[in-house]
Amino acid sequence: MNKPFQTPIVLLGARLLSPYIMLFGWYVIIHGHYSPGGGFQGGALLAASILLIRVAGGRRVAQLQIKEFATTPLAVVGVSIYFAAGLVAVAMGGYFLDYGMLPIPGMDPAWLRYTGILIIEVGIGLAVMAILVMIYDNMVRGEDYG
Amino acid sequence: MVLFAAVLIYAASDLPYRGDPDNLMHAEQSITDTRVMGSYFIQNAYRDARTPNMVTVVLGDYRSIDTFGEQIVIYTAGLIALLVLRKTKRRRVV
Repeated sequence: MNKPFQTPIVLLGARLLSPYIMLFGWYVIIHGHYSPGGGFQGGALLAASILLIRVAGGRRVAQLQIKEFATTPLAVVGVSIYFAAGLVAVAMGGYFLDYGMLPIPGMDPAWLRYTGILIIEVGIGLAVMAILVMIYDNMVRGEDYG
Repeated sequence: MVLFAAVLIYAASDLPYRGDPDNLMHAEQSITDTRVMGSYFIQNAYRDARTPNMVTVVLGDYRSIDTFGEQIVIYTAGLIALLVLRKTKRRRVV
């Protein structure tokens, strides 16, 4: 690779584009009940918005957004959200991942299932985003730029 | 190659029409007199989970353990990529 160089135009364009991609990622996750989408696709979009900043700004700028050591715990949190949703249902006397038993008061089981699907989609999105960013971080760690 | 394509095209000409309600996979009883899962999902997805998107209900609710497995697969793939790609200090032998 050639010598590293800083171009403010690329970084400015990435800064302009990245929040909209992230917003669209959350839209794909949360609106997955009504339109095509869901955790995996939305997580890939979230990772795209973060990786855009990382590619454009280099390592030092990227540390301002999500630090490198934070990605692996985020993936664990994403998997744990899913697993906890299943275990709470077991603890309340249902089957594993039976969202009708989640302890949220004032909801009948159908709406509880609606909420449970939303919870696990957010968990999947977090895990996918963190894993993709983690793979990128570990690939570029040996390079000397940024 | 051409022969294989010809075989595939011949087989595809025998497929049922898409969206035909008389298809076997849309019947409520299969040919072995058991209930077909697909028709149950289509009829009850909105009633069970109040979600208009049937695919989300099947992935997130009826088959949620399968989706959990997918997430574990992605997580494991990420951890293995971490182990392989992580820059470690190379110890000199001897």
